[in-house]
Amino acid sequence: MSKINVEGLTKIFGKKTKQARELLNEGSSKDEILQKTGCTVGVNNASFDVEEGEIFVIMGLSGSGKSTLVRLLNRLIEPTKGSVQLDGKDLAKMDTKTLREVRRTDMSMVFQKFGLFPFRTVASNVEYGLEIQGVDRLERREKAEKSLELVGLKGYEDKFPDELSGGMQQRVGLARALANDPEILLMDEAFSALDPLIRKDMQDELLDLQQTMKKTIIFITHDLDEALRIGDRITIMKDGAIVQIGSPEEILTNPSNDYVEKFVEDVDRSKVYTASNVMVRPETVNIEKEGPRVALKRMRDANISSIYVTNRNRKLLGIVHADQVSDLVKNNKDDLEEVLEADVPTVTSETPVTEIMEMLATSGVPIAVVDNDRLNGIIIRGSMLAALTGVEVNEDGSVS
Amino acid sequence: MDLFPSMPLAQWIDDFVDWLNNAEFIFDGIEAFISFLLLILTESLGVIPEWIFIIALTVVTFIFGGRKTGLALFVLIGLFFIDNLNYWDDMILTLSLVLSATMISVLIGVPIGIWMSKNNILEQIIKPILDFMQTMPAFVYLIPAVAFFGIGMEPGVVASVIFAMPPTIRLTNLGIRQVSSEVIEASDAFGSTAGQKLWKVQLPMARTTIMAGINQTIMLALSMVVIASMIGASGLGEQVYYAVGRNQAGQGFEAGIAIVILAIILDRITQSIGSSSR
Repeated sequence: MSKINVEGLTKIFGKKTKQARELLNEGSSKDEILQKTGCTVGVNNASFDVEEGEIFVIMGLSGSGKSTLVRLLNRLIEPTKGSVQLDGKDLAKMDTKTLREVRRTDMSMVFQKFGLFPFRTVASNVEYGLEIQGVDRLERREKAEKSLELVGLKGYEDKFPDELSGGMQQRVGLARALANDPEILLMDEAFSALDPLIRKDMQDELLDLQQTMKKTIIFITHDLDEALRIGDRITIMKDGAIVQIGSPEEILTNPSNDYVEKFVEDVDRSKVYTASNVMVRPETVNIEKEGPRVALKRMRDANISSIYVTNRNRKLLGIVHADQVSDLVKNNKDDLEEVLEADVPTVTSETPVTEIMEMLATSGVPIAVVDNDRLNGIIIRGSMLAALTGVEVNEDGSVS
Repeated sequence: MDLFPSMPLAQWIDDFVDWLNNAEFIFDGIEAFISFLLLILTESLGVIPEWIFIIALTVVTFIFGGRKTGLALFVLIGLFFIDNLNYWDDMILTLSLVLSATMISVLIGVPIGIWMSKNNILEQIIKPILDFMQTMPAFVYLIPAVAFFGIGMEPGVVASVIFAMPPTIRLTNLGIRQVSSEVIEASDAFGSTAGQKLWKVQLPMARTTIMAGINQTIMLALSMVVIASMIGASGLGEQVYYAVGRNQAGQGFEAGIAIVILAIILDRITQSIGSSSR
């Protein structure tokens, strides 16, 4: 079962919510409802599941309702309708006391502008969640220190928030959220207020932390690059409604409608794609049954100057070049192994494209994509460029 | 304009004041409380020898006022000057009147301010009342004050409280409302109760603003000192009032300067408390 299960969650701001709800059910748009009732639709009938341990990114432009949606999850904003099941308990119907307990132990939140208490030291900020639960001074100090160490702020315990840089302040925010060891982290545009370099550092750090913490993270952002970088799954919102949910790759390669397509148009794909997205099916020779003549013919047919050599199990053995193979043929020799070059550039299908680009620039031969010794594909310059510009690449490396 | 008979507003208010006399036991209680407060303050402040008082206040100002040498020096010289002019005892009485009026104002004003910050309807009701309290000429409060509390320091305190309390209420309300919504959300998101949110987040965040309100209250209470002397409140104000009656400019200015010095000391100390330390 999923960790969080959201069903038909709706928030309408304003006075005539009942009338607005009816209009919404009839399929009226956000603008029509605003005109007729003066109500704003914050979130419109959102349903999704979040699995335990995943980073679930909710992204959309400002005004798309993403910040409202995340606040409906811990009921900082009261939902108009719908349910939020956390491990089977419905948060939307919970009484205040149980809700408080959930907020204290099960979910913490990180805020866009950090939301730190300026009159408290860094350590006492981090302790806040424990303090209000009545955890005793020594224990909470210990936990706070551990949490601060986790985010790399050891030694800053007695500073005040305004003495730290933005990035460090958000680390404090993160440490505060981690201090009471919640299962769920709600991060509302947590890195949006930071400058791009720091933002990237923080994303990396979050991913590093997540390796060991395995929290369920719901991450709000308006930055598609950020979403693609850290999200296991991404939800795209528009006008309060969910437009598409899917893995970063699905969103990029298979946008569900024009809105999403337009959104992902300008994405720097090199940041998202891995070898598997840009590789093509290779021409190979099987050394156990094919000789230099076959290799030469195959190269000539495919109009290439070198070819990868494998055994029967498609295990990569090396590469041979056309000129050397033709020498073999001239001298009537049959063993490809004589000219086999074993030292070839390889990557796995998980290797990010940014790393491959450099290899491709310096290597004279295509790069082999090898998983568990098996040759799965090769990357040539043409296939890489085609993929990065969003052009479909066919199996044989041609573009359509 | 004789078309409409003149409205007997004055008569109504008089009747109301007379009717309030039925609640004499309440006023007696209030009067007893104020007398007690004044007694404690005058006795405890008055029993301290001048030089100890001067040095102690100088040191306290220096330590709690953000370690400003100039301020400490001003307190030292200012108090010595008042003592030198032989207004020490009057100064103690005035200080007691101002302090007790301030204490009562804070005790009543801060909770009202907090309540008001949580309730928009209440805010709309209280705001015009506060405007009324502040713009009504302060002399007018003396009349019912005398009716209920007689002559002396006590009605002076009551009139001062009515006149001086609004800034504390206003700025407490404002201070709490000004706390950034993200900080409030943070405190809610971690599961604070309403009380925890108030004591651990809202009041600390609003402290500077609330202190500014209390500072204003003290200043207004001081400005009531001379007016209160008209109904028998003793102290520096009484000296000024006498000087006016006898046309003695010198004495008037002496006592007036003493009030100014006291005002500056109280103002600077409360301002420092508001802005120093976190």
